[in-house]
Amino acid sequence: MTTAGAALGRPIKGPSALGGDARRLLHLSVTLAVMEFKLRFFGSVLGYLWQLMRPLLLFGVLYAVFTQFVKLGAGIQFYPAILLTGIVLFTFFSDATARSVTAVLDRENLVRKIEFPRLVVPIAVILLAYFNLVLNLLAVLVFVLLTGVDVRVEWLALPLLLIPLGMLASGLSMLLSALYVRFRDVQPIWEVVLQVAFYGSPILYVIEQLPENLQKPMVLFNPLSTILVQSRHWLIDQSAPTAADVAGGAEYLLIPAAIILGVFALGFWVFNREAPRIAEEL
Amino acid sequence: MTEVSDAIPAVAIDRVSKTFQIPQERVSTLKERALHPFKRTGYDRFDALDDVSFAVERGEFFGIVGRNGSGKSTLLKCMAGIYRTDAGAIYVNGRLSTFIELGVGFNPDLAARDNVLMNGVMLGLSPSEARARYDHIIDFAELREFEELKLKNYSSGMQVRLAFSVMVQVDADILLIDEVLAVGDVSFQQKCFDVFNRLRDEGKTILFVTHDMSAVRRFCHRAALIDRGRIVMIGDPTEVSNSYVDVSFGASTSADPGPEGERSGDGTAELLEAWWTDERGERQTVLQQGRPCTFHARARFNEPIENPAIATVLENESHLPLMATSTDWTESATGSFGAGDEAEFVVQFEMAFAPGRIYASPWVAHQGTRVMDRRPRMSSVVVTGAHQSGGLVDLPHDVRLEAAGRVLTGQGGA
Repeated sequence: MTTAGAALGRPIKGPSALGGDARRLLHLSVTLAVMEFKLRFFGSVLGYLWQLMRPLLLFGVLYAVFTQFVKLGAGIQFYPAILLTGIVLFTFFSDATARSVTAVLDRENLVRKIEFPRLVVPIAVILLAYFNLVLNLLAVLVFVLLTGVDVRVEWLALPLLLIPLGMLASGLSMLLSALYVRFRDVQPIWEVVLQVAFYGSPILYVIEQLPENLQKPMVLFNPLSTILVQSRHWLIDQSAPTAADVAGGAEYLLIPAAIILGVFALGFWVFNREAPRIAEEL
Repeated sequence: MTEVSDAIPAVAIDRVSKTFQIPQERVSTLKERALHPFKRTGYDRFDALDDVSFAVERGEFFGIVGRNGSGKSTLLKCMAGIYRTDAGAIYVNGRLSTFIELGVGFNPDLAARDNVLMNGVMLGLSPSEARARYDHIIDFAELREFEELKLKNYSSGMQVRLAFSVMVQVDADILLIDEVLAVGDVSFQQKCFDVFNRLRDEGKTILFVTHDMSAVRRFCHRAALIDRGRIVMIGDPTEVSNSYVDVSFGASTSADPGPEGERSGDGTAELLEAWWTDERGERQTVLQQGRPCTFHARARFNEPIENPAIATVLENESHLPLMATSTDWTESATGSFGAGDEAEFVVQFEMAFAPGRIYASPWVAHQGTRVMDRRPRMSSVVVTGAHQSGGLVDLPHDVRLEAAGRVLTGQGGA
């Protein structure tokens, strides 16, 4: 064929993470997430209630245990509000990452049958988790107001917490979903990691209850903690320390920020590298 | 050589190769990987596509045929962008939609509207385009009265109709279709082809992977036969479908024709061998329908025999006798044979049987009825033909429809 390649039309390059068309990436991700959300929402009689029940039940149990039997929450101002906010934020993180582990495999029928930017799969999982988070936060809002927390301007800073949290979750989603295609023990491993993360972040307790020498490393090296500490200060209790206070200065917060960016970049790199072959590896 | 052409091809495939690496031992856990970090497992290489090139012009209905595992679906997936090619390039000129399966993204728990949206977006529409076309789609599928139902409450035929309607409304310039039509009843298939013909007339390009040779001959302008990852021939659909039949049966005749039946007889004679030859007298395991052929059976007599008879029944795969013949019916005086003598039984005819496997059950008998040796299903041959009429036998015939004043004629049969 002597005709130059460019004159023959659009070359087909095969599948990739991003695809060539950003609008298609967006359309597909949103449509997939919305459909999944509809299925959850309207799939059963109680729909949204079930979605809400999980964090609320967990909250109920933990609240009962840690205020009635183990007096962990005693003396902490707004403990129930802190606990519930922490649970809801962590639920977002664990839902998004745990679901994304099997996401590519769950979408096998799409991946093997049609060309689309492969990144749609983890993005849709993250979007769905965000939808649920927004609904859960509405419930938190009602609860927080009932427990006597004042409405404050700082609540508007909520996106500043949700964006880095979402980035962290997205980075892990890309990483886990790509790895799971090859390594099937990623799923049990990740479940254990999530357990550790739950107890290793200030959800059940507040950061001041930890020994002095643990407080700073936790905020520096566990970005979840950083976000949770800051959320308590902004959303619930102005007198609680900020993440910068615990870290020993705002400049130290560059470390958790770098971790989040690093995880995101690693996840994207791995996913991007695996994307062209995912359909064959399944 | 320069191509003097105003229009560039709709699809150009330039020296495409695709190899699958199949690990001999699959490491599927991180644990194994961590325990044996430097272990390298070998790979089996499978060349699914090997240096494939062709171009499909705009407005062409192009068939791609080949046996299972010949690489045709891999080729389609490479064109669709689902697989990445290892070498070569594929160019498309226009909006391309793939239909490897109807209704990709359908969810049984969603109603028609959501499924149409989902499927449409998967196939390349924007959500607003998909919503705008919903009414057309549901009307074309004739499912308006069921639009509130969840997909799981649809019959499979209704689901197919819905999926097909979406596909038609996607407005792709180039359609890649993989045996989608294997599903659905005859009338649905006809509807599909009517639509394809209409799309083709509108200047759309259709690439169609199939096993259905009659569809290839009826609808395709050109076809490509692919075997073991290579293009064997490209050209006239009829020739390609004939070659396909040869290729596919040529390879499968080593397949087990089934066990021979129970042998019976008094042992005075033995049937040693039975075989088939074509019009040139060459031994064949595959015969083409409509061509002269010959059945042979060789027998040896263990005792001196006067006027033995040799006969055979030819049966199809469902044990239906299609034809029987005997030397007894034509010349009962076949002569005398001594102990150790051999005789060859020859039946010449034109292969008129419907495509499929034909079994021969020959026997040798004393004059009269007493059987010396009978070997049910001793030998078989595969009849090939591009056309399945549904009849057991396709006799050459003329067919016509006569109306007052004019005569429409056509020739049928093999």
